[in-house]
Amino acid sequence: MKILVTAKRVEDPESKIKVKPDGSDIVKEGLKYKINPFDEIGVEEALRLVAKHGGEVVVVSIGGKEVQEQLRHALAMGATRAVWVNHTGALDQMGVAGLLQKVTEKEKPDLVVLGKQSIDDDQNQVGQYLAEYLGWGQATFASKVESLESEQEKSKSPALVLGADGKSVRVVREVDNGLATIECTLPAVVTTDLRLNMPRYASLPGIMKAKSKPIEELTPQKLGVDVTPKVQVLKMAAPPARKAGIRVPDVATLVDKLRNEAKAL
Amino acid sequence: MSIVLIVAEQQPDGHLRKATLNAVGAGKQLADKAGAELHLVLLSKDPSKVTEELKGLGAKVVHTAAAPEFEHYLAETYAPAIAELAKSLNASFVGAASTAQGKDLLPRVAARLQAAMATDVLGFGGSGADIVFNRPMWAGNVFAEVKLTTPVKVFTLRATEFPAAAGGQGAAEVKTFSPKVEGGKTKFVDFKEVKSARPELTEARVVVSGGRGTKGDFKEIEALADELNAAVGASRAVCDAGWVPNDLQIGQTGKVVAPQLYIAAGISGAIQHLAGMKSSKTIVAINKDPEAPIFQVADYGLVDDLFKILPALREAVHKAK
Ligand SMILES: Cc1cc2nc3c(=O)[nH]c(=O)nc-3n(C[C@@H](O)[C@H](O)[C@H](O)COP(=O)(O)OP(=O)(O)OC[C@H]3O[C@@H](n4cnc5c(N)ncnc54)[C@H](O)[C@@H]3O)c2cc1C
Ligand SMILES: Cc1cc2nc3c(=O)[nH]c(=O)nc-3n(C[C@H](O)[C@H](O)[C@H](O)COP(=O)(O)OP(=O)(O)OC[C@H]3O[C@@H](n4cnc5c(N)ncnc54)[C@H](O)[C@@H]3O)c2cc1C
Repeated sequence: MKILVTAKRVEDPESKIKVKPDGSDIVKEGLKYKINPFDEIGVEEALRLVAKHGGEVVVVSIGGKEVQEQLRHALAMGATRAVWVNHTGALDQMGVAGLLQKVTEKEKPDLVVLGKQSIDDDQNQVGQYLAEYLGWGQATFASKVESLESEQEKSKSPALVLGADGKSVRVVREVDNGLATIECTLPAVVTTDLRLNMPRYASLPGIMKAKSKPIEELTPQKLGVDVTPKVQVLKMAAPPARKAGIRVPDVATLVDKLRNEAKAL
Repeated sequence: MSIVLIVAEQQPDGHLRKATLNAVGAGKQLADKAGAELHLVLLSKDPSKVTEELKGLGAKVVHTAAAPEFEHYLAETYAPAIAELAKSLNASFVGAASTAQGKDLLPRVAARLQAAMATDVLGFGGSGADIVFNRPMWAGNVFAEVKLTTPVKVFTLRATEFPAAAGGQGAAEVKTFSPKVEGGKTKFVDFKEVKSARPELTEARVVVSGGRGTKGDFKEIEALADELNAAVGASRAVCDAGWVPNDLQIGQTGKVVAPQLYIAAGISGAIQHLAGMKSSKTIVAINKDPEAPIFQVADYGLVDDLFKILPALREAVHKAK
């Protein structure tokens, strides 16, 4: 089977994010960048599916030249080849989904796997927009039943289960008060939650090999998509700060403070 | 007059999701600012169970559609029906609570309506046609003002930031509609509910949360929670390990809570966890490590072993009753 996976470039989740004094953007100096953690989980799941059923994993990223780093990371993990949509400047989730729709129509994969959200915008939208644009079924927040420290996880088998005829995929979804299971006819869109798998490390031979794997370059113009943003971020600000708390020496003091000061008990 | 359409959510047991009440509260705020009328919509196998309740929440109209296909929620069947109604009403805003269903459904509705969308809205600014949405980015490190420039604007909202709409506020007109039921590519298979006798996390007045510091032993967390009639929460590390169910995870990618009292035991306070609990009224942190980042947001910090502190705290609370 053929699986298309996204690899968005985002700030390292360990980074300290600060807003510029004029509120126009975040301070970019000194930040480290990574593949969106949810997308990395997507690459891992796609690799496991292909290891079991055969086929290829194609990875796609949208952004300036620098997103090739994230594509190389996915290639080093084991993806076969990459598609880079070269675009600098503003872009919103409708733009991203519109471009991914065209890439999907070109590539004709059986499955598109995306992260459930990007850890910068935290929008949680692109997969769902894409599924609707394509007219496909969607399974968001794909998860697994076992813990990420289980034997099942160590065996690196895929959590997404293909139907016997290979024409559908069964997905366990993490929802508010439990786990829901649905079945989607292929082709379909899946978005990953954190507990789907533990992504592998890229091996040294993998990193060497990735250097010679092909990256195809496309542009919004070539794909015929108008990406003028409909979502405009007018202003950014730091969240309201909490007032400094105190240390209490023991449980008795804590209970006293909670009762008489905070009135929380 | 323009219309704000709020999507109501029914639980598998037939009850209205509590978060829907907050969504209606948010819908009212937005309708006031935009000079619009508030409408609600519910799709269900049997809407009659909650129609009475929805009628009293202060909306102008409650739209309901009944179909056997609506028994189990699926984005593929729900999205076209909601979009069709929004179109026929010429609604300017379509919103829902940021529940798992809201987050799965609303972007698909937005795509159908060629509408831009804002996720996890915390509040509204501006007025009339120039409404701006306030929303968090980068795990709550940034609060952004966002403008959507499409004619129809779609959003999900963070329930803890809006007052719950109360019942008994007049009677909305109830209109039924019969959307064309689409779908067929996705099939519901089953739902494994995590049942708990404790209050629901996002609604509880007190939350007691445990992290990796518990080493998987949640007995003392649970005992204290029971003494306080509290909900139990957890950090991601604990859910990943399989020590507690996934749906107890609090944070950027888990649940967002804002109780009167939040007690964090053996939780380091990574930014992704803080994103889910920082708006709690009073925060207590218990951690062996005096440098743990959780102390930066805690009102009261206790540097000590949780296995010593939690039983003592439970006893002290019990005595104080
Ligand atoms: C130079 C620049 C300017 C921008 N300006 C704006 C702006 O004005 N308004 C705005 O809303 N956003 C802007 N963005 C961010 C924008 O590109 C977001 O990535 C987009 O809005 C998608 O939203 P999200 O990342 O929150 O998607 P989510 O729905 O949270 O992401 C879901 C998934 O979509 C996939 N995905 C998202 N983006 C990409 C991508 N670029 N390549 C591959 N896969 C992807 C990933 O799998 C991701 O995990 C800008 C980005 C850049 C690089
Ligand atoms: C994309 C992404 C999304 C994420 N989303 C979330 C999210 O939504 N929610 C979330 O929680 N995390 C999330 N995380 C994970 C997060 O970054 C942290 O790894 C996690 O919150 C750490 O959990 P912890 O504090 O329980 O464990 P640790 O960081 O291991 O901390 C354990 C703490 O317990 C203390 N301790 C140990 N023993 C004792 C004892 N006997 N008594 C008292 N204290 C003790 C230690 O001092 C330490 O501070 C996310 C990560 C990523 C990359």
